[in-house]
Parts: sequence; structure tokens; C-alpha cells
Amino acid sequence: MLEARDLECTRGERVLFSALALRVEPGTLLRVAGPNGTGKTSLLRMLCGLLQPTQGEVRWREKPIRLLKEEYWAALAYVGHLNGVKDDLTAAENLRASAGIAGLDADEGTVRGALDAVGLAGFEDSLARFLSQGQKRRIALARLHLSGAVPLWILDEPFTALDARGVAELSALVARQLAGGGIVVLTTHQEVPVAAVRAATVELGREREPRS
Amino acid sequence: MIGTVAAVVRRDLLLAFRQRADVANTLLFFVVVVTMVPLGVGAEPNLLRAIAPGVVWVAALLAAILSLNRLFAADFADGTLEQMLISAEPLPLIVLGKTAAHWLVTGLPVTAMSVVLGVMFDLGAEATATLAAALALGTPVLSLVGAVGAALTLGLRGGGVLVSLLVLPLYVPVLILGAGSVEAVAAGLGAAPYLLLLGALALFALVLTPWAVSAALRISVE
Repeated sequence: MLEARDLECTRGERVLFSALALRVEPGTLLRVAGPNGTGKTSLLRMLCGLLQPTQGEVRWREKPIRLLKEEYWAALAYVGHLNGVKDDLTAAENLRASAGIAGLDADEGTVRGALDAVGLAGFEDSLARFLSQGQKRRIALARLHLSGAVPLWILDEPFTALDARGVAELSALVARQLAGGGIVVLTTHQEVPVAAVRAATVELGREREPRS
Repeated sequence: MIGTVAAVVRRDLLLAFRQRADVANTLLFFVVVVTMVPLGVGAEPNLLRAIAPGVVWVAALLAAILSLNRLFAADFADGTLEQMLISAEPLPLIVLGKTAAHWLVTGLPVTAMSVVLGVMFDLGAEATATLAAALALGTPVLSLVGAVGAALTLGLRGGGVLVSLLVLPLYVPVLILGAGSVEAVAAGLGAAPYLLLLGALALFALVLTPWAVSAALRISVE
């Protein structure tokens, strides 16, 4: 279970949000909504432990993530708005390198399978610089296929640059993760096309409490 | 754990291989600086023999500084660094892998090239071997300590200038010991104390800097 207490975020002199509290149970989709510049990405980075809140804390299974560190990150898959894809590596090399960095085991078959699942079959050995924006996004999202057993996914604008079919495939993947008892936190400007049994929304720039 | 370091080293070496021109740039800079000196000071063999160790070491320092901004900047810009910070593996190990790869593509070629430059300056077999040994022990320190500077200045405007100001003073002991070892051989004294001290510096840097770099990266990426 992911929990945030009394979170405050300041960027420069401006307070983006304060006294933000949320509690996400297993199997729940949490959508972070709000206009540009209200701190959606900052909130996700705080939930990841990449950004220290100016006040409050994030807790995972009743313990502050500040203390859990690697133990928490082993339970987390994050796809940020930057893809983390190297132009000078092929799609397969990119994914294998990401797995190595994350500390996941990924043999050749798993990597090919993950790329296949995001619709990049046939592009495994193409350098990422020759792929389109949407295809690079798919390489980043292929990491989620390697993180099947990871209970918490945090996705920053995962649907950007994807075509209709890519959106549908990602929605199915997210739904599967939720059905398996995982937690998915995501930001998006479009309506979430995911059929989730349990869903909640945090509205930034307006009210603070999550509503179901 | 070893797997993580190996994976990072493999990735960075592959990237360096694909961006060969950038890597060659550092080595070329080193060779060009060293070969320009005789043209500037005149071809007096005794003078050149006397200044060679210092010249080679200063050029190695500058080449190291030149290559530092490559260490984290690209990973920072494309989001890979964020993934490293939230890895299930300890960040110092990933940093160690990145620094090792940096040394393999900068320090190691510089060390190998120093043998040729020793011959060019007519240093003699023993002094050339000492120069290469001192560089082999000293260049890892340049990469490790340089990584701290690179991590601290990551994402800053004018970080390149700042990194030189931060890191060059810390390179001074390496420069003194490294150049001193070759001069000691030339004077008929043993190089052993210099090389042992360089080795001690390298071990000290190897143990401490990955933690310092990790802490600096977490601050820089916020």
C-alpha cells in the first residue's frame, strides 16, 4: 500500500501543493490530474523518491520510503516523461541495458518477448535514432513487461506519442497489472481508457483530497 | 551485484564504441598537447628529457577534465540517470561501473600512449616504464575524483568551468607524485615510494568517491 502524508512541494519560491494526503490500496488505479504546472510530475517524482518533499513523507507498506531506499525501489517501476532511451543503442540493447541498471534479470528471450509485446517485433536490432518518437516511447514502456512482478508502477504521461493501438495495448497491460493486485499511479490529460475496478483521482491545483 | 557493475560497464563501453569520435577526441587532445611542447620550447634533448614527465602529466590531467562532462550529462539529459537513482541495486555500484568504463576509454589509452611518448622524449626504458606505471595508478584517481566534480556540477549552466575549478586542485597530489616518480628515477633514486603513495590514493578514491558521487547525483537530479 502506498501512502502519502501532508506532502508539500515547492519549486523555487512557489508552493505547488501542500497538505496533500493520499492512500492507495493494492489493485487501485490512481490518476493524478490537473492543469500544466500544478506539480503532477513533481508529485510522481516524490512518490518515486527522486524528489524530497519540503514537508511530509511517502510511505510504502507502513514504512517511510526515505528509509526503505533500495527495498522500495525493487518494488517500483517508473516510466518518466523522459524515455531513458539511448539513440546509439538498438531497441534490444536499450532494453537489456535498462534491465541491467534496474537489477532485473533479462535473458535474450525475455527482452525479445517484451519488445514483441509493445509492437516492436522486427525493430529489435534498429538503432533507436532511426525510430520514431512513439517507437522510442514503446521501448521505455517495454520495461514494464520485464517488471511484471513489480507491485507499484508510476507512469508519467504514458499515453503521449502512442497511436490508438498502442494506447489500447498499454491500457490492457495496466488493467492486467491492476487485476494482479498491483498499484498503478499515472498522469494523463486524456480520459484514462482503463477499465479499473478501483480507481481514484487526485486533482492538483484544486481540491486536495483524493476522491473515488 | 557484480552483474550490475558488469552491465553498466558493458553498456557504457558499447556507447563509447558507437561514439568513437568523442572518445578519440580525448586521446588526440592528449597526444597533440604533448607533441606541441617540443615545437614550442625547442628540440634540446636534455631539456625535453627533464620536462617530459611534467608535460605528459599535465596533458593527462587536462584530457581527463575535458572528458568529465561526458560522464553523466547524457544520462541526465535522456532520463537514464533517473532510472539509475531508483534502481534496486546500490547506486555506488552503478557509479563504480560508470567510472570504470570512463577510465577504460580515457585513462587506459592515455597510459598506453605514454609509452610511445616516452620514446619520443628519449626518456629511456626505466623512466618510460615508471611513467606508464604512475599513469596506470594515477589515471583511475583522475576518473574517480573527477566523477565527484561532474556529479556536483550536473545540470548547472557553466558547469564545465566549475568542474575544472573544483577538480584541478584535487588533482595536484596526483600530479606531484606522478611526475615526481619519473624524476626520481632520472635522479637515480627509486620510484617505489611515489608509486606506493599513488596506489594508496587510488585505493582511497576507489573506496570513498562512489558514495560521494551517489550523494551528489541525488542532489543534482532533484
